Amino acid sequence: MNAVDTLLNAPPYGWNQKKKEAFYTRELSSLTERHRRACPAYAALLKTLGWNPEKVHGIADIPFFPVRLFKDFELRSIGQSDVFKTMTSSGTTGQQVSRIYLDRETALYQTKVLAKICSGFLGTKRLPMLILDSRTATRDRTLFSARGAGSLGFSMMGRRPVYALDENMQLDLAGIESYLRECSDTDIFLFGFTSIIWEHFYKKLKEANIRLPLERGILVHGGGWKKLQRESVSNEQFKASLSEVCGLKKIFNYYGMVEQTGSIFMECEAGNLHTSLFSDLIIRRAEDFAEASIGKRGLVQLVSLLPASYPGHSILTEDEGEIVGIDNCPCGRLGKAFKIHGRIQNAEIRGCSDTYNR
Amino acid sequence: MSQENQQKYDKVFIRNFNVEPDQLTDLAYQTTPSWDSVGHMALVAELEDAFEIMLEMDDIIDLSSYEEGKRILGKYNIEF
Repeated sequence: MNAVDTLLNAPPYGWNQKKKEAFYTRELSSLTERHRRACPAYAALLKTLGWNPEKVHGIADIPFFPVRLFKDFELRSIGQSDVFKTMTSSGTTGQQVSRIYLDRETALYQTKVLAKICSGFLGTKRLPMLILDSRTATRDRTLFSARGAGSLGFSMMGRRPVYALDENMQLDLAGIESYLRECSDTDIFLFGFTSIIWEHFYKKLKEANIRLPLERGILVHGGGWKKLQRESVSNEQFKASLSEVCGLKKIFNYYGMVEQTGSIFMECEAGNLHTSLFSDLIIRRAEDFAEASIGKRGLVQLVSLLPASYPGHSILTEDEGEIVGIDNCPCGRLGKAFKIHGRIQNAEIRGCSDTYNR
Repeated sequence: MSQENQQKYDKVFIRNFNVEPDQLTDLAYQTTPSWDSVGHMALVAELEDAFEIMLEMDDIIDLSSYEEGKRILGKYNIEF
């Protein structure tokens, strides 16, 4: 059984950090070796970094590289004919996009892991689903943007998904209201991207002074806070504002990126983001890349066991974050609890799913 | 009964993926352009409607071919 299968059979937040550390050190080392053999560009990179497998004693010793290399190089550990799907990050014009090459197996594990992580928040029963986006985001079926892939990946967890926005990104109020009438006796799963929800759902409801009955809704949203930060909207304000226009009480943000699709980090009831069994996170000091201590801000490094078809198992992001606790979050989930504070300064401007240009 | 189910099942695949009846037995996820992740969710919705069932998340993920689908529907007491 491979490592991911082992984890799929365990509760997604049920391992303490010590147990995970040992498992990950071993599995990430073997993934590193696998990619070294299969991807010449990655092998060259390891050589430059002076990587020595004998010096790996913990997760923090696994080599990492800046995530932007996926924009500059075609990094894959499978043959061209095994590429089953190519995912891209922000498709904003004028910016280069990351290209992530998936084979069938990696894509399948991404779906399974996403479902496993979310089941802890949504339950295992598929709920009626309202996607707070437009169908157009999934129009090109072979080349998925992070946004399209997100809507599709999550729609597996709902049933009879209905899009809340029409082709022109306008609120389809009649459609939403009729759907809500049909589902009035059950919980509803809502999914969308943070900035799109804010701009095209919240603001429109607020302007029109409309209140939707979504008291039984469970909203999962992600994709970055860049646009909202510009308007100085915090996570707390986002929650309070949505609650005001539609009575939503259960709102969970998630953090993740296209380079590690599937193994996302969900926000808990206590407002902290969490590592699941399928990924981990290390905070590094910007000045020397040494591991930062708990409560100290630094650059976010992400590790995941899912990237098998491309060497994306250990990447340094351009985000700033801090670990707030390990194995001790009041919500009861084990592993690391953390916060993200947005992009570091001077990083290339890039939002994972902030791809919609007005 | 089982023949009726077979016809219903075939009809869903033929209509949803726009394929000919003789292509059915070899049909699998991503072997025809229309059976991609978008087509997959449409297939799930149509099977659920036709047989009045609700598939579990794991079964949706495992529904990887025409033949495998029949085995999965068996779990919902639909016989072929």
